[in-house]
Amino acid sequence: MSSNVTVVKRAPDSGSVRAFLHKLAVGDAVAHLITLVCAASIVLITSVLVYQLWTNSALSRHAFGWHFWTTQAWDPVFEHFGALAFLYGTVVTSVIALALAVPVGVGAAIFLAELAPPQVSDMLAFVIDLLAAVPSVIYGLLGIFVVVPFVRVYLAPFLESALGSLPLFKGPSYGVGILTASLVLTIMIVPFIISVSREVLLAVPREQREAALALGATRWESTIKVVVPYARAGIAGSIFLAMARALGETMAVTMVIGNEPRIAASLLAPGYTIASVIANEFTEATGSMYLSALIELGLVLFLVTFILNGLARLLILATEQRGGSHA
Amino acid sequence: MLRKTLGCFSLLVLVFSLTVSARAQSHDPLSLNAAGATFPYPIYSKWFDEYRKAHPGVEINYQSIGSGGGIQQLKAGTVDFGASDMPLNDQLLGTFSFKILQFPTVLGAVLPTYNIPGVSAELKFTPQALADIYLGKVTKWNDPEIASVNPGVSLPANDIVVVHRSDGSGTTFVWSDYLSKVSPEWKSKVGSNTSVNWPVGLGGKGNEGVAGLVEQTPNAIGYVELIYAIQNHLNYGTVENSSHKFIKASLATVTDAASGAAVQMRQDIRISITDASGANAYPICSFTYLLIPAKIANATKRDTIKDFLHWMLTTGQTQVEILHYARLPQAVVGIEERQINEVQ
Repeated sequence: MSSNVTVVKRAPDSGSVRAFLHKLAVGDAVAHLITLVCAASIVLITSVLVYQLWTNSALSRHAFGWHFWTTQAWDPVFEHFGALAFLYGTVVTSVIALALAVPVGVGAAIFLAELAPPQVSDMLAFVIDLLAAVPSVIYGLLGIFVVVPFVRVYLAPFLESALGSLPLFKGPSYGVGILTASLVLTIMIVPFIISVSREVLLAVPREQREAALALGATRWESTIKVVVPYARAGIAGSIFLAMARALGETMAVTMVIGNEPRIAASLLAPGYTIASVIANEFTEATGSMYLSALIELGLVLFLVTFILNGLARLLILATEQRGGSHA
Repeated sequence: MLRKTLGCFSLLVLVFSLTVSARAQSHDPLSLNAAGATFPYPIYSKWFDEYRKAHPGVEINYQSIGSGGGIQQLKAGTVDFGASDMPLNDQLLGTFSFKILQFPTVLGAVLPTYNIPGVSAELKFTPQALADIYLGKVTKWNDPEIASVNPGVSLPANDIVVVHRSDGSGTTFVWSDYLSKVSPEWKSKVGSNTSVNWPVGLGGKGNEGVAGLVEQTPNAIGYVELIYAIQNHLNYGTVENSSHKFIKASLATVTDAASGAAVQMRQDIRISITDASGANAYPICSFTYLLIPAKIANATKRDTIKDFLHWMLTTGQTQVEILHYARLPQAVVGIEERQINEVQ
């Protein structure tokens, strides 16, 4: 007892323990500070970005107001600027690309994570990660040399003869256009969806599958009713990532979309996207109104990404609540 | 942990101080910064390199970020001089807080290229035909406007696919400036700029994008830069000039066009040389410009820039044709030599 007391009493006097405790406290504080700075930098970058877009687009915002969102004109000579045609092209190409890429990507991920032999799965995963790292200009070249001729010679005539009564597939096709851009975007974003979804599916605990199987589910039933719902949030994350890439893609899209700021009913007609027009015209934009309008387009893209991300999140939330009520 | 952090910091400080001292050393020779147009970048980088060899200690860094970017940087004072494919008009000059002098350096030309299955002949284009094709008024290849000046060529009754540049560019400026001069309708409806509101057509990115689209799309017509056409052996048509002769674009016919405009350039150096007079003048061409502040406070920089301008007009001009740029005619060189004296 007495020895214990002496130890307790002597402990604060001991230099080494004190230094150790002090070090720990300082180390924690430093780590806390460093990670806080990292987190704060994200907020800072976002606010600087919005602030810059907002102030530098002042000229155009004041001149056009809300009409900027509702007019199709894009005339650098007479300085009439509107975002509608670019907005349309951006949203339509991204939505079509997602509609095509999500089933393919999630399907492939389920196969790789659940059904394929591990060696095959690992090998394919390696190839998919390679695809995800290919620079977009390469996809643009693939678009020009493969997708554009394919659309002009085979797909467009086929669509026109089969579904030509719909305005969606009417009119002449030059190969380049909204549909071609959507196809190239699809090819670009599928690897993202597969790669992330596969990882998420693989991370589902073994017990979940075993429990399903023990209850008499077949392998497919356990996959589709237990594993996929369990990984839903992660799969949704992969889709957000893919959507962000599709909305902001510049190079590959501008190479195959035809770059015409017009809204046409036909998907075979040329179009334009926000990211493409900024990349195309920013370097040679001379007038201050012209420059300001291009920057306001950046603001529009920012808001569109924000809104679409929000909508997608709401959708996920809704399905999750429904799933919860079933369970 | 603390020691490690301190070690990291001291390493960072060391690296930083090394970088600073390295930068300080590189500032010992005179270093000039310039930014602007991408079209003359190959010849500018050759010039700056040759000039550095002839004048050790003078380093000119050129960033080819585009004419618009060059103008912005010059306005902000982050570069010593700028470069633009498009002459600065009074409205744009009014946005500067200081006076700018514009020096033409080399010439470029723009020409029509096309892909009509079954037609290998060199087509002739009247100014009216080019304007009406790009306005969307002439829509078939066998339209009388095209066919009447191309007797003996069997043109198909196919729809013309019009291709233009999608990126803002000096090439588009020259093309639309030319069409504005030859067609009042083009001037009032579309006008001229580095990018315009095209009545019809598809956009391709860069010369290679336009050439690629034309090559891939049957019945297409597009416009590309002369240097690009020479280097890639493209077939292109002739264009009727103001003396009613059909001229094929070449370095010689482009220099001829500039000679024809030299008289007017004495009044205003920024004069557009599209549709220039002269029997052998190719009508769709233009200068590209260096933008030099008229007042340069730093005497060393001022003298170096003036010396470079003089060198560019003499020795520099002998090097341009290797890179397929058309050289300045002697009359224009004289006008510019006089303008150098205005830099103070």
